[in-house]
Amino acid sequence: MRREVPLTIVFVCGAFMAFQYFVPHHVSATIYQYALNWTIIIGIFTLTVGIGSLINLHYDRISKRKERWQYSIVTLVALAYMTILGLLSPNALQDPKSLLMTMYFYVLSPVQATMFALLAFFIASAAYRAFRAKTLLATLLMLSAVIVMLGRVFIGDFLTGWLPEGMRFSDVARYILDYPNTAAKRAIYIGVGLGVGVTTLKIILGIERTWLGGGK
Amino acid sequence: MPNDIWNTLMNLDRRWVYLVIGLVTFLPILVTVDTPVQITSEVKSVFDRVESLPEGTVIMVPMEYSPDTMAELQPMARAVLRHCFSKGLKVISTALQIQGVLLIEQDLRTVANEFDKVYGEDYVFLGYKPYPDIVILNMGENFRLPFPNDYYDNDLDDLPMMAGVSNYSSVACIVNINATSGVDSWINYANGRYKADLALGVTAVIATDYYAFLQSGQIFGLMGGLKGAAEYERLIGRKGVANKAMTSVSVAHVFIILFIIIGNVAFFASGRGKRA
Amino acid sequence: MEQVSLGTMFWMTVAAFLTFCIFSFLYRDNPFYRFAEHLVVGISAGYWIAILYHTSLTDLWIDPLVASVTAFGTAEGSVAGKTGMLIVNITPGAIGVLMFSRFFKKTSWISRWPIAYYLGVSAGVALPLYLQGFVIRQVAANMMDPRSIFGMIFAGGGAADFFQGIGEIIIIIGSICGLAYFYFSAEHKGVFGGAAKLGIWILMIGFGATFGYTVMARISLLIGRLNYLIEWVRALNGFFGS
Repeated sequence: MRREVPLTIVFVCGAFMAFQYFVPHHVSATIYQYALNWTIIIGIFTLTVGIGSLINLHYDRISKRKERWQYSIVTLVALAYMTILGLLSPNALQDPKSLLMTMYFYVLSPVQATMFALLAFFIASAAYRAFRAKTLLATLLMLSAVIVMLGRVFIGDFLTGWLPEGMRFSDVARYILDYPNTAAKRAIYIGVGLGVGVTTLKIILGIERTWLGGGK
Repeated sequence: MPNDIWNTLMNLDRRWVYLVIGLVTFLPILVTVDTPVQITSEVKSVFDRVESLPEGTVIMVPMEYSPDTMAELQPMARAVLRHCFSKGLKVISTALQIQGVLLIEQDLRTVANEFDKVYGEDYVFLGYKPYPDIVILNMGENFRLPFPNDYYDNDLDDLPMMAGVSNYSSVACIVNINATSGVDSWINYANGRYKADLALGVTAVIATDYYAFLQSGQIFGLMGGLKGAAEYERLIGRKGVANKAMTSVSVAHVFIILFIIIGNVAFFASGRGKRA
Repeated sequence: MEQVSLGTMFWMTVAAFLTFCIFSFLYRDNPFYRFAEHLVVGISAGYWIAILYHTSLTDLWIDPLVASVTAFGTAEGSVAGKTGMLIVNITPGAIGVLMFSRFFKKTSWISRWPIAYYLGVSAGVALPLYLQGFVIRQVAANMMDPRSIFGMIFAGGGAADFFQGIGEIIIIIGSICGLAYFYFSAEHKGVFGGAAKLGIWILMIGFGATFGYTVMARISLLIGRLNYLIEWVRALNGFFGS
């Protein structure tokens, strides 16, 4: 019951959805459409469980006075406040002057954007401290990176403008992107495609069961 | 003695590097210099396709970015939307990235207002539903399946623009502005299963991945990051945020290359290269 | 820049303060950074609830469910039909609700059912389509006409044609060798080892291109925040300067 039922569900759903691709009969198409919509609805609950786990985690940190528990209060108060703003007002997502919109554009947005902006500093530091031409492979990677970096901005052609067309940084960068880069990414994507194919087949057939987690 | 210099450089506090990169990015923003931007064929083909569509054609511009990637994709999305609206095309949009829904709604509304476009007649925003891959598949059957109502709670059948628009076969092409791995779903599901004509506008981090799909013909165009946005802005003849940023990007690139060079010279000159 | 209202100025300043809180991490970890980080986690989760409720739950589940219940009060349609619609509309939510069993140790195993449904559907649709999009279409794109490639290289059509022909050979051989590098069931030696070695070279050039683009991406994000701070200073100037 605890393992057999989910394994049967996976097999039936997976086999039907894969089979449906090859047999687009209107009956199977209708079931397919319902099945997809059901997945979205189930997905809503799955995401809500994620939020429940977040609340659990922070409540646990506060109740057990774990290290830096005070910050968990900030998280939970913010969560409660935003939830109230969102659920109590039916127009919260449509009125550009709603408090929910204000919180989104002036609190959520700047913090998220700045967190990612930090990566500019970290990548500069990594370039300085870790990007070493120790081997032929590392040198190839570095040369390709430098050519693409220069070739995609005006400075590349400013430096090599004296060379004939076709040999400037922008041309070489273009060539790298169009050919060796395409070859490399194609190899990776073919590998990914085969990997997805094999893994999904293993899931449908019940060979891959790690998603069931531990326990009985 | 020179060895001391190299060792000092090797042990330089990372915060000096942060300071330099911060300054060299910030200072060029204050100076307005119109730097040349070379137009690439992959961006031009997106522009050409949109340009070739007759007035009144329905085009789909799904946008999946959020505040963390808006610096790159917002200028691109706005440039594409401006092009569509200036040509009199009708735009259907979605936001399948939960963190970006309000941002995308604002972008669409702002650009539509610039051109006095009427909601429901000239553009429709379907909004968000979870699990983009499944939503993309179901939109291929009918937009009304995952989106019985639009973002503003209107029944899709009540919107004049949606009359006769059922799925991807009703739109001329899809220009997907995307910062997520959901791009793969657009390629495999929208293009693969439903044969939708697809172009991508993606962050620079993932842009190089999609040249393989450009060469295979699975996508007809590709815009990568702020550079792609700057090219599109030039093509529509309206230079904006992306073009202004290109000077900063150029200078920062040069300094990152200098960091790589200095780091390597110091590494080998200090003798650590031999030990490694 | 036009003058902003007091309310907008206040919120712009909040956003600038939070921006500085996050940037302060560059110096070292500190309470301001941690405050902003935890604040946004809470705000973000609350925002998710609002979005999921207004745009998805009501639209796809509650409204159709209410409609199928109220349909029983009307004369239209048969009872069997109405019951069928009710079952169709109630089932996905009922399966979804099973996810909440995760919060109780004794019943947590029931949450495997909705997961199994999602996994089955996703795996089923992905199986043929990923093989088609990532494998068949990509392999097909490698099937270039050798006559046209050699024509470009040897027909004397100029340097552009020559390099394009060479480039197409790089794509064909490079992608095969790249795959050889990822194949670990055979030892990388002899001809196969040579192919794998060429493959890793090609992969490194590809990764280098990605690194170059990643630098551009990260700098762009920083420019975005710096642009905001400049806008904020200008707004402050306009607000207090007038």
